[in-house]
Order: sequence, then C-alpha cells, then structure tokens
Amino acid sequence: MGVEYLVISLLVFMLIAVLIAVEARDLLSSVISLGAGGFALSVLFLLLGAPDLAITQVVVEVIALVLLIRLVVTRRDTTSETPRDALRTGLVLLAGGVLLVGMFFAVGGTGALGTVPPFGEPIMGEADLATLSKTPGQPVAARYLTDAAGQTGAGNAVMAVLLDFRAYDTLGEATVIFVSILGAYAVLRRVGRRGHQELAS
Amino acid sequence: MGIAIYVLAFAVLVVGLYAVVAKKNVVKIIVGLLVLDYAVNLLLVLIGYRSGGQAPILEPGQTSAELAAKAVDPLPQAMVLTSIVIGLGLTALMVAMGLRLYEKYGTFDTNKIRSLRG
Amino acid sequence: MTTGMTPIVKNTARLVSGFIAIFGIYIAMTGHVSPGGGFAGGVILAAAAVLVVLAFGRDTAEQIITESRCHIYDAAGAGLFLLVALCGYFTGGFFVNFIARHSVGEVGHLASGGTIIVSNLFIMVKVAAGLAGGFLALAAFRRANLPDGHPAEEL
Repeated sequence: MGVEYLVISLLVFMLIAVLIAVEARDLLSSVISLGAGGFALSVLFLLLGAPDLAITQVVVEVIALVLLIRLVVTRRDTTSETPRDALRTGLVLLAGGVLLVGMFFAVGGTGALGTVPPFGEPIMGEADLATLSKTPGQPVAARYLTDAAGQTGAGNAVMAVLLDFRAYDTLGEATVIFVSILGAYAVLRRVGRRGHQELAS
Repeated sequence: MGIAIYVLAFAVLVVGLYAVVAKKNVVKIIVGLLVLDYAVNLLLVLIGYRSGGQAPILEPGQTSAELAAKAVDPLPQAMVLTSIVIGLGLTALMVAMGLRLYEKYGTFDTNKIRSLRG
Repeated sequence: MTTGMTPIVKNTARLVSGFIAIFGIYIAMTGHVSPGGGFAGGVILAAAAVLVVLAFGRDTAEQIITESRCHIYDAAGAGLFLLVALCGYFTGGFFVNFIARHSVGEVGHLASGGTIIVSNLFIMVKVAAGLAGGFLALAAFRRANLPDGHPAEEL
C-alpha cells in the first residue's frame, strides 16, 4: 500500500516540474525543469517494477539534456505572447483534456467492463497450455513468463520478449532509430548544391 | 486510488498537448513533445503494474511458475523500452531542426518566422 | 565546442571515460540475466563518447572519434543484426533463436539465452555509434553569420 502513496507523490512532483517547464519565461530554466521531470519518471519506473526502463530513462534523460542545452544556452530568446490568445487555446485544450478523461471513464474505465484493467490487476492470461483456449487473441503475458526461462534460457523476461518472442518489433525499432539519426544528418549538412557550385567557381 | 493515479498521468499528457498546440516558441514546442513522450510511456507501464509484484527477472532458485504468479506484466515494458530510445532519436532530430531554424531566421519565435519567411 | 575545457575536467575525463565505456558494455552483455540490455548499454557507451568530445573539444577528439567511423559502425551494427535474423532460416524461420534450439544453457549464466547476447551486442554497437555520430554532427554545426549580418558568437 505504501508504494501507491509514493507513486502519487512522485506523480504530483512530475506534474509540477512539467508545468514549470512549459510555462517558464527563460528557456534554460524550462529545459532544466524538464530534466527534473525526466528523473522523477525514472524513479517512478523503478517503483512500478521496471528496472530496465529506469536505467534506460536515466541515461536517455542525461543525453537529451545535453542536446537541449546545446540548443538553448547562448540563445536566450524569450517570446512575448499575447495573453488573450494563450488563454483561449489553453481553455480549449483543457476542455479537450476533460473530454478525453471523461470518455476514458465512460467507456467502462477501469472496471470489469472497461478496456483498461483496474490499477494493480493486469490482464495476464492463462499460464497452463492445457487450459489455454484455442481462439486467437488471448492475452499472452503469463505464457511468456513461464516460457522465458525454459525455451530461451534467459532470466530476464523483458529481454526474452524483446529479442526472442517479439524480435521482429526490435528490428523495426532499430530501423526507426536509424532513420531518425539519418534525418538529423541530412538536416545538418553544410554543403548542398549551391555550396558545390561556389566551390567549383 | 487507482483512478487518481490514472487521472494524474492523463494530466501530464494534457499539459504536453497544450504546450505543442498553444506555444509560440520553438523550444517550448520541443519541450511539449518530450512531455507527451514521457506521459505515454508512463501510462503504458501503469497499465501493466501488478500490486505487490516483483520485476519480471528470474531470481536464483525460483521456478517459472512462481514468476508467472508474482511478476508484473513484461509486455508493456518491452514496448516502452524501445519507445524511450526512439524518443532520444526524435530529440536529436528536433534539436537539429531547431538549430537550422535559428541559423536561418535568427529567432525562435514562430510569429516572427512566419513574417520573415523567404 | 572546438576548444576543450579546463585541465581539471580534461584529467577527470581521461580517468573516467574508460570506466563509463566498460560499464556500458557490461550492461549490454548481461542483459539476459540482469536488468539492462542492448539499448541501455548503447546509450551509456554513447555518453562516454559525448564526454570525450565535450571535455577535449571537437578538434582533439577527431583523432579518435570521427564521423565517418561512426557511420561505418552504425551501418555495420544494423546489418549484423539483420544477419542474425536471417541466420534463423537454418532452423525454421525468420528470427528463430537457432542456438537455443541446440542447447539452452543454464539460466543465470552468461552463456545462456542463445542469440540474445549476440543481438544485444550488435544493438549496442548500433545505438552507440548512431548517437555519437549524431552528437558529433550537432557539435560541428557552426553558423557563418546571422541573417542580418552580425557575426555569430562561437559556442
């Protein structure tokens, strides 16, 4: 029970950090506050039973902070926003957010009829192969947990899912990272066609 | 208790969405996209949590049946692991575009960029 | 970004960056036994490269970490990962864990899990080289002039 109170207090901290990051006038302050929110997220992952995610989130947050500070540090450009326009869009978005949450709980929310299971009781499926029904679309989490050590020999069930049971998704993910870094190279290229002409002449 | 946790996670998502739509500064838009990324990863892991559960790693001397009865759901964690690293690639791309924008127009304000175009 | 930092930072980076790199490789290698895996290990290895570039300046770090070398490792990592996937065709289909079909090994030891450890290492190489190369491209970006003619200050 104590874990849930800790989760709620960390969520409140993350919400405050994110609000400061979005509303601060100074760009460097907003980037640093975003870093605080990211570290709070990493502790949240650890409390929710996901140590792989906590490690990855910490180091990704550090590198993202380095990149963002590179963008922001000598360019203290603050914009003056017209307050009336911001208020209107803010209110529209707040209404949209309330609508989203209302739809989520109206469709069934976190109950027996809902699409989202109640907090703390995930849909894991059957572990025993004999009682597993033959219709497709059964939840497979319990099968993966029981098979991970026996069929693949890996102790870490998340790695077994990522690199043996669902390895095709990992291939797709490696492709996405490849393309995004390629996009960054293409945007930052110095010498284009015009540059080649200037060098030639 | 569970409803309060879900509502707070949704609030972070709405804050990120507000920053992407309503802000006029390019850096604030990038920050909003990152906040959206955090909120979605958090929601996915929250759905897979089992109260009193352990991490899905086999401890020495534990059988697989015991692990399946006690562990949290490993599938959302596998999806979120790749999503976090893709978010880092996305940050690199957005920072590259932000640098190019500042080089060409000299400002981060989208109103001035719109009027300076060309 | 071209000149380095003070000598304290340089000496600390000299001592520490090797340990960070070894730590990243360790996290990637024991991904199937402890938490971690190829992605976290690759990002930590890229962080060691970022430390070297930031502490020594880009001109000095270019002797070890050049952008073309990062391109080669990035493409090689992705290609070798695809090769491991295609090798599964020998025993069944795409991405079959062909080593685990033969013998699974003891859970908890390093030599278990079949192709999982091999895939982890290739993914680590790919992610580290991609992120280090991307950071080098960002660090090398220099503005010639601002649009209204003022010379830009160097970061």
